[in-house]
Amino acid sequence: MIRQLRLALRTGIVTEAVAPDENLEVLGGRLGEAARRLFGRSLHIRQVDAGSCNGCELEISGLTGPHYDLERFGLHFVASPRHADCLLVTGPVTRNMAEALRRTWEATPDPKLVIAAGDCARDGGLFAGSYAVVGGVEAVLPVDAIIPGCPPSPRALLAGLLAAIGRRAADGAR
Amino acid sequence: MAALVYTVTAIAGIAAGVVGIGGVFGATFTVHIARIVPLGGLELAMDPLAGLFLALVGLTTAATSLYAIGYAGAARGAYAYLAFVTALGLVPLAANAMTFLLAWEIMSLASWVLVLDRRDDADVQRAAWVYAVMTHAGLACLLAGMLLLAAHTGSLRFADWRAAAPALAPAIRNAVWVLLALGFASKAGVVPLHVWLPLAHPAAPSHVSALMSGAMIKLGIYGLLRVGLEWAGPGPTWWGGTLLMLGVVSALVGILSALVDTDLKRLLAFSSIENVGVILIGVGSALLFVRAGTEALAAIALVAALYHTVNHAAFKALLFLGAGAVAHATGTRNMDAHGGLIKRLPWTAACFLVGAVSISALPPFNGFVSEWLTFQALLQSVRVAEPGVSLLFAIGTAGLALTAGLTAACFVKAFGITFLALPRSDAAAHAHEATATMRWAMAGLAAACVALGLGATVVVPAVTRVAASMLGAAVAPLHGTTLTFSVGADFASLSPLLIAAALGAGLVAPRVFLVVAGSPRRARLGETWGCGRILQTARMQYTAGAFADPFKRVFRFFYRPVKRREVVAHPDSRFFVRRIEYANPARALFEEWLYHPVLRGLVGITHRVQALQSGNAAAYLGYILAALLILLVVR
Amino acid sequence: MTRDLALALLQVLVVAGGAPLLVGGVRTLKARLVGRRGPRLLQPYADLAKLLRKEAVVSTTTSWIFRITPYVLMSTMVVAALIVPLFLARPVLDFAGLVLLMYLFVFGTFFLALAGLDAGSAFGGMGSSREVAVAALAEPTIVVAILALALRAESTNLGAIVERFAREPQLAANPGHLLAFAALFLVMLAETGRLPVDNPATHLELTMIHEAMVLEYSGHYLALVEWASAMKLFLFMALLANLFFPWGMPGSSELGSLAIGLVILIAKLTVLTVGLAVLETVVAKLRLFRVPEMLAGSFALALLSVLSVFLLK
Repeated sequence: MIRQLRLALRTGIVTEAVAPDENLEVLGGRLGEAARRLFGRSLHIRQVDAGSCNGCELEISGLTGPHYDLERFGLHFVASPRHADCLLVTGPVTRNMAEALRRTWEATPDPKLVIAAGDCARDGGLFAGSYAVVGGVEAVLPVDAIIPGCPPSPRALLAGLLAAIGRRAADGAR
Repeated sequence: MAALVYTVTAIAGIAAGVVGIGGVFGATFTVHIARIVPLGGLELAMDPLAGLFLALVGLTTAATSLYAIGYAGAARGAYAYLAFVTALGLVPLAANAMTFLLAWEIMSLASWVLVLDRRDDADVQRAAWVYAVMTHAGLACLLAGMLLLAAHTGSLRFADWRAAAPALAPAIRNAVWVLLALGFASKAGVVPLHVWLPLAHPAAPSHVSALMSGAMIKLGIYGLLRVGLEWAGPGPTWWGGTLLMLGVVSALVGILSALVDTDLKRLLAFSSIENVGVILIGVGSALLFVRAGTEALAAIALVAALYHTVNHAAFKALLFLGAGAVAHATGTRNMDAHGGLIKRLPWTAACFLVGAVSISALPPFNGFVSEWLTFQALLQSVRVAEPGVSLLFAIGTAGLALTAGLTAACFVKAFGITFLALPRSDAAAHAHEATATMRWAMAGLAAACVALGLGATVVVPAVTRVAASMLGAAVAPLHGTTLTFSVGADFASLSPLLIAAALGAGLVAPRVFLVVAGSPRRARLGETWGCGRILQTARMQYTAGAFADPFKRVFRFFYRPVKRREVVAHPDSRFFVRRIEYANPARALFEEWLYHPVLRGLVGITHRVQALQSGNAAAYLGYILAALLILLVVR
Repeated sequence: MTRDLALALLQVLVVAGGAPLLVGGVRTLKARLVGRRGPRLLQPYADLAKLLRKEAVVSTTTSWIFRITPYVLMSTMVVAALIVPLFLARPVLDFAGLVLLMYLFVFGTFFLALAGLDAGSAFGGMGSSREVAVAALAEPTIVVAILALALRAESTNLGAIVERFAREPQLAANPGHLLAFAALFLVMLAETGRLPVDNPATHLELTMIHEAMVLEYSGHYLALVEWASAMKLFLFMALLANLFFPWGMPGSSELGSLAIGLVILIAKLTVLTVGLAVLETVVAKLRLFRVPEMLAGSFALALLSVLSVFLLK
């Protein structure tokens, strides 16, 4: 126990600053300025795997680690969509997951965001046109922002999330 | 016709309640009619303790009679009910042994008839049989004890016993105590003499169960108080210590058995055993304090025990009446077939919730006040010097605390599984609300629970009078103002009214805050979040058995589960399983470990003795001769 | 009278206002200890403010019990805030003792467990079942610890205990006192759902105890429930600090003394917060059915504390 504490104190804070990322597609209009103001300091995210290969999930799980640490911006992953403000959807939305995804969205209280992470979520990606795939999150839910990449790096995910809630990336330099 | 009988008993109950309360405040009287009862005539006497129990019996009867007027299950047995409540009222008033025993026996017989309500059911027959045997075994002990006491004091009247108590020889005192305590404890449902309770109470119709749990078992406590404090006088330490330990054991056994039960009424019956244990903790503490010479502390313990007795009558009757309404509406007592009843039976649910909250001792309801008093009485052990006694009190304190926690868990289960979420059966989905008189009765008892809690500053002085009359000292240990009463100079104090006011303010304050903060008022309706599953059915909900699973594991040493698993495979290959049968039944350990061996031994002995009945006339003549010789030689 | 009411209101405001800061402090410190920058100290306030403005979604399976439970929770915490000695030796509402406090917490747990069952989901039922089991098993420890305190201070009245220990420090200067503190600290971990009993930040429903019951709450209901949880942690810590280390608490209610009392309270709570954060960082969550063993251990500690009173007399 003492060894662990000593290691922690010696290692210190390893969180990195966030670089601005230009690759984000924000489908504005739906998202009013009021909603941005509401979520500016606190955004609770429910991640939904709609048939993903889990590549995006691995990158997303990096966000909670010490290097990318999304919590410093008031972002937080939650277990229940009732607690969530934002659905972070990965995967091409397979037919089997379409209804579940829709119910998750209905279970989330308003106002809410939907952010599609990864090329599959954008338009089906590698699996576009497959018989098992509905084709991108937009086919099922109204999407507010798309973070492209296969998979998007944690840096890109973080920059995308911050941009979706209207925070400048420079905020995270501290 | 039945409705008329019930109306009469309801009015009589209220009248008895008024008379009883009068008795508590000093309006004593005596009645003596020479011929009706042999060996001394019918003698009734009112004193504060009798008044308290008469009021308890009367008011509980009023509520259950009102309920019975509208209750379909009360159509039969009205006359047995009449005999039952009359006997219940006579027992506390009885002033000599024969009146007491006669009333006691009528009470037992009438309730036995009422238990046999559905006499075609084998379970009911067994329940009635066990009940009859145990209550008469108890009666035998009572008879033996009372006759012993009568032989040594020369009279059958209670007043004479009270006067002669200090002069009794210790051996007689102890023998009388053991016999009478056994008899009264078996009626009260103290472990290990409790096995009849979880069989008889569920079998009887609900208005009778309410009366049995609420009033009849309290008369066992009444008897224990009479013996321990009046007839056999102040006794040695082991009396109080035994009662205290038996109280702790009863409380724990009762609540642990209730926790894993899926039958609503049997759960309530076990809970009655638990509450009798709590009352006994108070009574045992009182006896220990009396022995230690600290009458003031004994008064606190006695007040706690008596208050809990009254409270238990109120909330247990309420819970049984509610369970009756539920069982009648759904056709079953099995909680795993209930569910969602809060929407179909809103009144019953609300009243049952008041009962559940009261029995879980949540402030500011009545259960909280009496458990608070019991805790304070136990904590007073800091003032008693003997370390052995202090250890008993410490065990009592820990046991009571564990019981309190387990009770809350048990009634979360009882209320939650029965009334909340989705209906688990068609019957539950189409259940109908209780009739008008049933609702009025339950509402009345719920109001009584609230009143006994909020009005503690009025009830405690009244109960203190009763305690003072029993302990023979002019004690005023519980200082009171209109709002607060306290124990000792600065030991502890309680103000139920202020707590209620604070809780009420606390309920309103967040609402006001939300309005000020501009929170959206309306909530959107949706379906329960189920991780995206398509359909919600009642099969996904927790069952009563599942809810109690953590307890089943933690208290494995108590439940001693025996799991049976049978796998039936296809005849051609053992890899294709046709059927799996799994059973994990609740075990009646006291019956298995205590009663069955004793009964087997008894039956074995009787088989040996049966050899005497050889059928040989010559042998019988020989017996007569031997008996004559013995009688002539031993004069 | 008005002065008393003002002081009572001040106590509630301190508890309600300070509780999110306490929770934020624990979270940030835990993050720093594992090398993360972590959320801001005032993050819980931002979370609550946002939740208050979100819509609430209520399931059709639930009943009025579900809607009333957040208010009941807040109500019990407000009353507990009124009776716990915070920065005054004698709290304003002087009538209450440890037994009442224990039952107020049971009240909240009772209704929260019912709300968990109300939605008809398997997770809610599971959370309720586990929560009442943990709460029931923690009760004996609380009461025996109360007994240990009552034996030394000769009262169960919270204000009286604090005053007695503050006046006669030698009563507290024995190992039994620390044993009772350790026992109640373990109970605090169980009752407030902290590691090693329950991980407040877990997402795996099967590992949840407290969180599983609140999965169905949203919007302002969720805000009230989270707030009440934070207040419970604050109150437990304040209780531990002030019952066992009651020095520095002024007896008079002058403004200056109140300010000093508040500063000292903040200092004590900071020490306890650091302790809790360090403990949560170095300890892993217990398997669910090892929790009764931990609670039995805390009961043994409390019992030893009681015995030590007799042995050291």
